[in-house]
Amino acid sequence: MRQHKLALCKEHFLVWFTEQTQRFINKYHMFGYEDRILVAVSGGKDSLALWNVLHRLGYQTDGLYIGLGINQETGYSAESLQFTEKYATKYNHKLIVVDVAEFAGATIPEAAALTLRGKGKPCSVCGLTKRYIMNMVAHQGDYDVLVTGHNLDDEVAILFGNTLNWAVGYLARQGPVLEETAGGLARKAKPFCRFYERETAAYALLQGIDYIYEECPHATGAKSIYYKVQLNQLEADRPGTKLSFYLSFLRAKESGFFAHQNSAVQANLISCQTCGQPTSAPEQCAFCRTWHRVRSRRAAAA
Amino acid sequence: MTVRLTLRDQEYEVYGGMTIRHALLKLGIQPESVLPTLDGELITDDEILQDDQHIRLVAVISGGAR
Repeated sequence: MRQHKLALCKEHFLVWFTEQTQRFINKYHMFGYEDRILVAVSGGKDSLALWNVLHRLGYQTDGLYIGLGINQETGYSAESLQFTEKYATKYNHKLIVVDVAEFAGATIPEAAALTLRGKGKPCSVCGLTKRYIMNMVAHQGDYDVLVTGHNLDDEVAILFGNTLNWAVGYLARQGPVLEETAGGLARKAKPFCRFYERETAAYALLQGIDYIYEECPHATGAKSIYYKVQLNQLEADRPGTKLSFYLSFLRAKESGFFAHQNSAVQANLISCQTCGQPTSAPEQCAFCRTWHRVRSRRAAAA
Repeated sequence: MTVRLTLRDQEYEVYGGMTIRHALLKLGIQPESVLPTLDGELITDDEILQDDQHIRLVAVISGGAR
């Protein structure tokens, strides 16, 4: 690990990784042993590694898998569900499965084709739908915190994109922990936010976790991957660049750089007239608006 | 006598005697984007490649709507 100037054998890497996870949980006051934790799992390396390490650390965790219906040609969703179910069965974990087509009336690719959101790319509808369902299940199940497997590379790619666009509202909401809002947004935490993607992949491999190796077919050409490639070039030339970028951002945020934007976003949250989830839109939230449009267009086309 | 490196469905060949990191750079693969494995075991990218080895590269970059 050039960025840490550290070389570890298998045994010591697994100890280091587990201890570092605990250190990040403590440092950012993410959650405690008394909390009920909902882990968003996709069948990929990060989320299954996160579920694994949290369980090994003794936390109370249940998994949430969201079936997106991305099955044309690749069978991606069916395969990722298989990996997730196999993992949950092996470790006797509780897994909640929400199928988007059953819940909302269409698969993600079908919805993307019926709405202008994302200009034909499903990633926008997919992100919106996953965030909505995660928040809903966290509330319905009375979980104290929702955790995701976002790693440092994910966080830095998001930060890079938001900085390029000076998207201060999004910058204000980015961090290892997003506190619960009065309007009903569940508390969220990212215990892997300081691990390099290579480190979470190494943990999954060394721990013998079977995960879906194939990427979502729609991720090809995604902006986040483009940013990751650029950032990896910086990292290759100057090891530690990604971590330094992220930690400098957190320090700037802590010193109040985006405080005004954050309070402005929270002050503008109201309840969606249809579902009651928090939104900054005047009547319906983006999820209800989008999926109402999808169902209407689907019915009209039938 | 060469070393085979496999990344997803792509196959590459290099001569032994250089480090994995050097080989990856030579092939235009970002070392940060993969984990090298040999016979199913993770190895570090400063290992010297030996002729006839088959290195499987595990891609680590994921993305899309996360």
